[in-house]
Amino acid sequence: MITLESFKRRDQVFKFLTDNDHHGIDTSKGDILYIEDLSVSFDGFKAIDNLNLYLREGELRCIIGPNGAGKTTLMDIITGKTRPNSGSVYLGQNINLLEYNESEIAQLGIGRKFQKPTVFEQHTVFENLELSMAGNKRVWHTLTAQLSGEDIDRIDEILLLAGLIEMKQLPAALLSHGQKQWLEIAMLVMQKPRLLLVDEPVSGMTHQEMEKTAELLNSLAGEHTVVVVEHDIDFVRSIASQVTVLHQGRVLAEGSMEQVQSNPAVVEVYLGE
Amino acid sequence: MIRKILNNDLHGKIFLSLLFILTLYVALANLLIPPDHLLHVSTYTVTLLGKYLTYALLAIAVDLVWGYLGILSLGHGAFFALGGYVMGMYLMRQVGDRGVYGNPLLADFMVFLNWDSLPWFWLGFDQFWFAAIMIILVPGTLAFVFGWFAFRSRVTGVYLSIMTQAMTYALMLAFFRNEMGFGGNNGLTDFKDLLGFSLQSNSVRVGLFVSSALALALGYLCCRYIVNSKLGRVSIAVRDSETRVRFLGYQVDHFKLWIFTFSAVLAGIAGALYVPQVGIINPSEFSPINSIEIVVWVALGGRATLLGAILGALIVNYAKTYFTGAFPEIWLFALGGLFIAVTLLAPRGILGFFQKQDQQNPLKEVAEK
Repeated sequence: MITLESFKRRDQVFKFLTDNDHHGIDTSKGDILYIEDLSVSFDGFKAIDNLNLYLREGELRCIIGPNGAGKTTLMDIITGKTRPNSGSVYLGQNINLLEYNESEIAQLGIGRKFQKPTVFEQHTVFENLELSMAGNKRVWHTLTAQLSGEDIDRIDEILLLAGLIEMKQLPAALLSHGQKQWLEIAMLVMQKPRLLLVDEPVSGMTHQEMEKTAELLNSLAGEHTVVVVEHDIDFVRSIASQVTVLHQGRVLAEGSMEQVQSNPAVVEVYLGE
Repeated sequence: MIRKILNNDLHGKIFLSLLFILTLYVALANLLIPPDHLLHVSTYTVTLLGKYLTYALLAIAVDLVWGYLGILSLGHGAFFALGGYVMGMYLMRQVGDRGVYGNPLLADFMVFLNWDSLPWFWLGFDQFWFAAIMIILVPGTLAFVFGWFAFRSRVTGVYLSIMTQAMTYALMLAFFRNEMGFGGNNGLTDFKDLLGFSLQSNSVRVGLFVSSALALALGYLCCRYIVNSKLGRVSIAVRDSETRVRFLGYQVDHFKLWIFTFSAVLAGIAGALYVPQVGIINPSEFSPINSIEIVVWVALGGRATLLGAILGALIVNYAKTYFTGAFPEIWLFALGGLFIAVTLLAPRGILGFFQKQDQQNPLKEVAEK
């Protein structure tokens, strides 16, 4: 976003001459996301209050916290849906996410699953993945785009991973609630993201489905960095290596599940209930 | 190319074949069969059919944005009328000194208003090529500018519909004013020639009818191509879940903008073909009710089918001609009744009603497994 202000600065090169030319995300220090001094308030209510959070590349991180702790707001800020009042959000060391809108951030390599499973119901499962595929997403390109054999293989591979290969040609509307959740995760993976934000992936799932989801998320970590926001403590215990507890817009505690559970502050506000 | 577009589109093939046969028959029957013969098609009928075909083109333009993209435009009549006005301006300039006042340069209404020179925006319209470019450019530019602001600000749903409605209403009020320079509430009429040929002659009437059929066929093929491409699938995705599309990395506003503009251009072309056939264009073409009627055609025929839009436009307009001739007082009741009947019995329109069976196939396959 180029504002008039930036043209007035005489101490630097015009922004449009230097910007927008990222040759990838710089993660040489090992961290993929840097959130510093982040604050946002809605009508005086501080949803996020001076929050600091760093994510290691390839880790699987769970974010937990009571209702209103700021979990979804945090996701909104990272993905460009909400603008913070102050603070900074960097992807790698070089990309300031606050300069981009939702679709640009998605193109940079951040995928997001919504709380309520959101898939394209009128399209088949296959088409859902086709639309999510990484690549040129400009209007004129999509008018003439053709699927290559490689693309089809990749879609099949992801469908297999998500356990949806048999529903390939079904309209997504016919999938069960759990299958829609997996489809949405599969759609994120098709985008080849570096960072996956997964909001409540197991809400409304049976125990078996939950196990399968845990397996799926664990298999994604490593190649991708995965952040899971979840209410279900059993589920978190079953997948997480690292847990961050949010409370009233701040990080209350961070560490392994055992460390967090034994933290008296956490017990008081959340787990102790 | 055409074969590739129509691959898997059986209904489209049937429609285009029927359109081709009808056009050929009507054209030949009018020109070659003597008037007293049973199979003769009168020039009146030819013109009437030509008018229906331009309406059908307008209907697919609306179906493209409403059915596939989810933008309920209640202002497409404006683009249609603008295309019509551009054509009207060209036809006015063709009149030359044969007007009532015999002024070689100024149109009758300008002489009547005591203007002594041609307004600047009437310059160039004596050339057909210029008018042809403007037919595309004028509605396209309006749609682009309107869409640019509306889609960038993420105005959606009913608010956008109201804005499109306001747009066409504002244009109607503006065109009613004499100072605008488009003939005020009388509009543009009393046309004589098109490309030097008299508009009254049979062959020109047939030519216009054939052009309308051609434009409809091409418009259909373009829309079908878009709908079959990945762009079409992205559009449907935008219609069903806009935020999901945005978070997948698509710039949703660009998609809306281009498809909306393309649709407006189609509507403009339809309007340009409509005007020489009916012989008049006036500000009432901008009236909001016209734009709503187009949406009724599409809803009646079946949304997101393209062919349904054509079917709806033809059925409603044929019924309109029939009823307003035979029982003028019950036409509006008939239209209302038709709309209610379709909404109750076939919520997905006439074509949607027949396609329902196909849609259930995947379910059956699963059941059989």
